[in-house]
This record gives sequence, structure tokens and C-alpha cells, in this order.
Amino acid sequence: MASAELTGAEIVLKSLVDQGVKVVFGYPGGAVLPIYDAFFEQNKIKHILVRHEQGAVHAAEGYARSTGKPGVVLVTSGPGATNAVTGLTDALMDSIPVICLTGQVPSHLIGTDAFQEADTIGITRPCTKHNYLVKDTQDLAKIMHDAFYVATNGRPGPVVVDLPKDVMINTGPYVGPKRAQHSSYKPQVKGNLSSIKEAVELIASAKKPLFYSGGGVVNSGPGASTLLREFVRQTGAPITSTLMGLGAFPSTDESFLGMVGMHGNYEANLAMSECDVMICVGARFDDRVTGRLDAFAQKSKKIHIDIDPSSINKNVPVDIPIVGDVGHVLEDMLKVWKSTARKLDKKANASWWATIAKWRERDCLKYLPGKDIAKPQYVLETLQKAVDGKDAYVTTDVGQHQMWAAQYLKFQDPNRWLTSGGLGTMGYGLPAAIGAQVAHPKSPVICVTGESSFMMNIQELSTAVQYRLPVKILLLNNRYMGMVRQWQELLHGNRYSESYMESLPDFAKVADAFGLESLFADHPDQVENLIADMMACEGPVIAEVMIDQKENCFPMIPSGAAHYEMILGPNGDQPAVSAKGAALV
Amino acid sequence: MDKMTERHTIGVLVDNEAGVLARVVGLFSGRGYNIDSLTVAEVDQNDHQSRITIVTTGTPQVIEQIKAQLGRLVPIHGVTDLTVEGPHVEREMALIKVAGGGETRVESLRIADIFRARVVDSTINSFVFEITGSTDKINSFVGLMRPLGLVDVSRTGVVAISRGDKPM
Ligand SMILES: Cc1ncc(C[n+]2csc(CCOP(=O)(O)OP(=O)(O)O)c2C)c(N)n1
Ligand SMILES: [Mg+2]
Repeated sequence: MASAELTGAEIVLKSLVDQGVKVVFGYPGGAVLPIYDAFFEQNKIKHILVRHEQGAVHAAEGYARSTGKPGVVLVTSGPGATNAVTGLTDALMDSIPVICLTGQVPSHLIGTDAFQEADTIGITRPCTKHNYLVKDTQDLAKIMHDAFYVATNGRPGPVVVDLPKDVMINTGPYVGPKRAQHSSYKPQVKGNLSSIKEAVELIASAKKPLFYSGGGVVNSGPGASTLLREFVRQTGAPITSTLMGLGAFPSTDESFLGMVGMHGNYEANLAMSECDVMICVGARFDDRVTGRLDAFAQKSKKIHIDIDPSSINKNVPVDIPIVGDVGHVLEDMLKVWKSTARKLDKKANASWWATIAKWRERDCLKYLPGKDIAKPQYVLETLQKAVDGKDAYVTTDVGQHQMWAAQYLKFQDPNRWLTSGGLGTMGYGLPAAIGAQVAHPKSPVICVTGESSFMMNIQELSTAVQYRLPVKILLLNNRYMGMVRQWQELLHGNRYSESYMESLPDFAKVADAFGLESLFADHPDQVENLIADMMACEGPVIAEVMIDQKENCFPMIPSGAAHYEMILGPNGDQPAVSAKGAALV
Repeated sequence: MDKMTERHTIGVLVDNEAGVLARVVGLFSGRGYNIDSLTVAEVDQNDHQSRITIVTTGTPQVIEQIKAQLGRLVPIHGVTDLTVEGPHVEREMALIKVAGGGETRVESLRIADIFRARVVDSTINSFVFEITGSTDKINSFVGLMRPLGLVDVSRTGVVAISRGDKPM
């Protein structure tokens, strides 16, 4: 009883609709013309025309990260697909669910070096969670639904579906999203109960416990954040977070020690170093977090909750691994904790908190205020005041400004903080903001960027203008690749090789040329007004602030150093970086 | 070789679809794991499943990573570490061409007999032997053939299966 057949292009559209997709970020070209034809004059799915395919993937990431739903990308073959590669790699590193549909030359031309042919499957194999080449329109619908299943289940990630042009033109049957299990990919979501009990036992026995949460909590969904909050409250233990996990736990909560890692808070890093039980929740012991491995958190027993079995014992051996979805595992842990009426040792906990309070007194984010030129920290503090209680979404690019944003902004909820963590992709901020703004048209979306990063995907201003997306670009202009300059200062005797940004454009004129508003401040006294004006803007705006060129980002654990070898602000002591450390990234 | 490294034989059941071998091999090269030997062939025509046998060396931590990384590839149905999961049988087959005449030719035949290698091709001045056994056995046979006119070696790499009545 075969129902009427559809063309491949129609099947693509119908499966997207059936998967609940509302928006596709894309860019047309010869190989995807049949799909673009199917998209023409329909109103089920909105297409956002980006200006570069990398922008499409970052926009889809921004959409996905800010909604918890998969982001969808449509690009043409050859250069369209290769331009998407950075975005795909970014999504893989940060576990963002993205479905990227790539055009391909017609089947009979594959392998002939045809015009705009690229081995997309070969090129994207190592930078996707999985990829598919559709060889027959008969298989198309099933593959489309499989792609969504794979991208969103287990540890999320990008999936490429490569679509030869003839497969789009030929007809085949449509099948809906099936509920049946995938034949081979069945990630474990429930944690092993005896490990969970063992973990609860260990936590209850802790004298210096510490929660260490990561992006996995955000990925697991808002429910996981709620459970994390409750569990932390129930125990009364302190908590720190990775860059990717910010927002899963409220930054303003007393229990929150701030971000951990290379530019993490003094108290968070020392707590990591000194704790006796570490509860890692959806984080992966990344090198930016651990610092020198043989000196990392030597005093603690470690519990590690992760949906990806390959994250367990990858960098750091743990004592109690629990493979499963963070939300499910926390739910079970909390049940066991409550039903067995566990409590932390009061005295021990009080003295742990007293130690932490000492570390906090160091006030590691204190900075010297700028007299004639604004300090970036001050700009971000001012931004924080302006967005307080406004349910804002913040994206960043990569560099010092990213770390300052992570340090000085206060996140209250998951899915509001969008940054390129694993890959550290300059050029992520603006397109990600566009994606987030598409998903949340009424909410303020702010892209905190640096002048160098901003120029890596500056063409997307045009997208923001076309779709009237009122993204607020807070441009911290230090006329340097600041983070590169900071490393050169620390590790290469102040030899600022190629890190000065010569010939910067006049960003006000850039804004003008693209048709958006601009604001400018080159004195600390103007910052408050600039940010107020930026927040009041109804359309997209570039708000540029000239900041202190020499400002560095502290605290910093130099590469190859241990947590207790942190460099603190300008008045702190400055341990030298070892030669071994200088060889690391 | 680092004294901490171990040799493991890993069986992997995969969907026999295009590119699946590239995924496995790419995983090993991309993450810097060793492949000492790799064999693959379809083992279930109805379900289109292939079985890959990989022999690898690494520290215990790396071996654990290899299995976990393999396990998360989408078209993989199962991963089994035969080295740790109880007794198993490992076999390799090789075709070995030896050329020469006179006494060395007779000697190569005599040794082939001891190793239970079969002659599968013969000319006036050459033999092709077929030999099956452990990797060590084939290594020593090849070693013995070298001074006797060894010309070519073609080996399958290791295939392995657990002993007893259970599937992988
Ligand atoms: C695509 C890409 N190229 C190079 C780098 C290396 N890198 C890291 S931070 C940075 C400088 C960023 O400068 P800017 O955007 O001005 O930010 P700032 O550090 O000055 O705040 C560079 C070049 C990168 N992360 N991404
Ligand atoms: Mg800069």
C-alpha cells in the first residue's frame, strides 16, 4: 500500500516539518537547487539566508544551544560543504545537535572530479558525530529521521546528510519519524543504580566535597539544571562550573565558586585542588580545566557522570564512573540521598566553607579601574547591571573578551550563554547571536566580541539587517588579538609578533554601510550610557568600546602549570612558566 | 615499546555499509592508536553485518579508550575485547611464495610439512604455500623460508573468536 511518491526534495522538506523544524540556516547553490525549489513559497519552514556557510552552522548552533532543539543547516556541494567544516567541528567539540544537509553532485558524477564535487563524507567524517550519503531516494526519509535521532540522542553532535542532486529529483516513498529503536545506536541514559548508591555513600562521607558541572547539564535539558540545584542545596556543598556549563547553576548563588580552569576563579581552582570528593556532572576533564594532569586534584576521590562512555577515564582516572544522562542520574542520586536521609558532616563542612571564604577574600576578579580608558572588566560589569533580570542571551567570540564575559557576567539559567569552548572558534559570536535571536525574537541577545574575532564573520551583519534581528554587538576594541598578545607577554618576552591589528576598519562606517546603528565610547564615563543606548536599540547595533590595550585576563593558570600555580592580577605574584608549559597550547 | 603497553585483540560487529571501515580506521589514525592487524568481512548476509578484528597495542587506559571510542560509532553493534573476555582462538592465514631449486626446494617442502602448510601452486622452480595458525607460527614459518628463497608473503591478519557456546 505504497502512498503517493514524493521527490527527494519534497521528502527532505516533509521530514524537516515532521521533525518539528521551524528554521533552516542556509545558502543555495547548483546542487541544492531542487531543495530550494521545494522551499519556495511555503510557510512551514523559515529559511534564513546567511552570508557564509560557516555562519550558517554557527547560527544553527546558536539556535540549538539557546533552545535545546537541533539546529538545521542547508548548504550546497563542494565549497558550500567545505565552508561548513569549521562550524561542524565546533558543534562536535561542544556537543551541539546540528543537522547539516549538504548538496552533492549527481550520483553518476561522484568520483569524477565534477564541478563543485568534494568528498563531503570523507571530509566531514572526523568532524561529525555521524554522516550519511544518500544513494537512493527510497532510503531518504528513513535517513533524515535517523539523522535527527543520532544528532539529539546520547551525547549530541552534528550530523551531515549528503544529498546527490539526482536523489533530490527522483521520487520515493515517505515514511514518518518512527518510534522504533535505532538498530545499533542505543546510548545508555539510566545510570547504574549500585554505582549511584556508592556515589551517594562517598559524597556523604566527604569532608571537602565539590561539584564540578559542565555543558552536559545544559545539554540534558532544564530539568537537569533544576535537579543539580536541588542536589547542591540538599548537600550544602560548593559548586564550580566549566565554561560550557555556566548558567546551569545560578552564578549569584552563595554555593557557586565561579568558573574553574585556566581563567577560572581563585577559589574554584583551589577548591578543585583541595577537595576530597569531586562530583563531576556532565563535564569532561578538559585540559583547560585540569591544568597539569599529574598535579590535578590529587587529594580527591572522583565521581564522574557522563553520557559518553569514552569521556570516562580519558584524561583523568575516576573512582566511580556513572554512564548515563545527567538528568536521569541526578534524579536517582537525589532519591537515594533523600530516602537514606544523608547529610554531610556539619563540622567538616563548616571548616571547608571557612577555607573557601578565605580564598574568596582574595577577590581574584578585582581590577584596577581605568582612568582615561575603559577597562573591559568594567564594561562587562556595566553590561551585567543592564541585563539583570532581563532574560538575556549572551554569545561571545574567542579571546580575552570571552574570558572576561565568563568571569564578570552572572548567569541565572541554562541555555543563555553561548560560546565556543572546545574548538575556540573566532567568528562564532555574531552568527550564533543571529541563531539565538531567530529563536528568541523578543529577548535581548548580546554578542560580546573583540575587533579581531568580529571580522572573521562580519559579513553576517547583512543577515541580521535583512531579517531585522536586533542583535546587540558589544565590541571590546583593544586593537590587539588580546589573548595572543597576553601569551606573547607571558611566554615570548613581549615580542608581539603579528598580534597587533593594523588597518582596522571604522566600525561606525561598517555599521552604516551594512545599514545598522552604531554607538561608540572611548572614555570610561561614556560606558554606562553606551550600554543603556545599546539595550534600548530596536534594531541590530554595533556598540564599540575602546578598552585598555594592555589589560590582561586573570587569574590565569599558565599551560603546563597546576591549579595552585595560578597567576593573579597585576598585584599578584607571578610564577614563571616552565619551558615544558610553553610547548603546550 | 613502552613496558606498560599490552596487545589486545578486539572484535567489532558493524553494519556492512559504505564507509564503515573508514570510520574505524579514521578513529585509530585520528586519535593516534596503533593498528597491528585488521581484518574485515561480511559475516551475516541477511542483516548485512560485518565483523572486524583489530589487533592493537596500548596502555590499559588507551585500550579502554579504544573500546569506548569504537562503541560510540553509530553503525557499530558491539565491541568485544577477546583478550580480556576469556579464552579465545586467534588464527591467521598466509600465502607464501618460495622460489628455488635443488636442496633448498626440498627443504622448504619438508618444513612446510612440519608446519602443516599446503602447497597450493607449484612450478618447476617455485611453490606457493598456504599456512594457517597463530601469528607467531606464521612468523616463524616465514622466517624459516627466508633463506630458502622467500619471494612474496600475503597475510590475512588475525581473525579471532571466543571459545565456548556464547556469541560476542
Ligand atoms: C579561527 C581562529 N583563529 C585563530 C585563533 C587563535 N586566537 C585565539 S584568541 C585570538 C585573538 C582574538 O582577538 P580578539 O577577537 O580581538 O579578542 P581579544 O583577545 O582581543 O579580546 C586568536 C587569534 C582562534 N581562536 N580562532
Ligand atoms: Mg582584541
